[in-house]
Amino acid sequence: MARMKFLCDAERCIECNSCVTACKQEHEIPWGVNRRRVVTLNDGVPGERSISVACMHCSDAPCMAVCPVDCFYKTEEGVVLHDKDLCIGCGYCFYACPFGAPQFPQTGAFGVRGKMDKCTFCAGGPEPDRSAAEFQKYGRNRLAEGKLPACAEMCSTKALLGGDGEVIANIYRDRVLRRGKGGEVWGWATAYKLPPSGGQPGAPGAAPGVAPTSPQPAGGTKS
Amino acid sequence: MMRARTTGLAAFAVVALLVAGCGERPQVVNYKQGKYQGKPDTPAYASAPYNGNRQQWDNAIDTRAQHQNEYVRLRD
Repeated sequence: MARMKFLCDAERCIECNSCVTACKQEHEIPWGVNRRRVVTLNDGVPGERSISVACMHCSDAPCMAVCPVDCFYKTEEGVVLHDKDLCIGCGYCFYACPFGAPQFPQTGAFGVRGKMDKCTFCAGGPEPDRSAAEFQKYGRNRLAEGKLPACAEMCSTKALLGGDGEVIANIYRDRVLRRGKGGEVWGWATAYKLPPSGGQPGAPGAAPGVAPTSPQPAGGTKS
Repeated sequence: MMRARTTGLAAFAVVALLVAGCGERPQVVNYKQGKYQGKPDTPAYASAPYNGNRQQWDNAIDTRAQHQNEYVRLRD
């Protein structure tokens, strides 16, 4: 069974914001709400890195845990969604989320918050699939159309990958082994120690530092 | 008599002070997973064009995911 995840390759992200634009356009997101944004570290300094951030659809989502009205649910594919009819806009999920994913539109004067809005992995919400009500509240349901999130599919450099966690991990592993850079980072052996299909870890062409199969302790070591 | 009572009270106070920390409760909040109370949702493959065909939907998503791998696309 698929478990939907996003993966952003910081070596490839060029901060073009096409993921942000694609999301905004696809779901007709109102002004002031950013389901996805690009964060840049050491901006302007040689070696700067950018990463595209949105809801990461956590396996053990803190937003689900703190919601006082229990408006969150998780689909079979591991996508974290919520029911806007139930949301009271309290903002607890915003404080709990480590990625700043929950967004709150301003609905009036004096800073009144509307119902929470966040990335849906282009999976809509509890309204009937691809209905007008679903589009109005949650945006387009691309998963029901057999498509992946617009941000990942529109990414100009394919830095942002979206889809089944195993599939995109394989794509990323294959990419790192081919370019020979990235396998030296901390945690590589823990997250991506499996060889690409048909390949052998540590074989010629493999990234320097990729561990030749020796089991690593939990938590990872610099391989 | 008075002195013995004072000593006893002092000893009791010292013991009470020493064991005071034993009754301390953990201050960390344990979040409990709630239950979803909203409207039920249908799976992504339930509606047209897949009409409940999970395998067909999985294949479509897998094919789509592989389009993100330019090495696969270049080989074609």
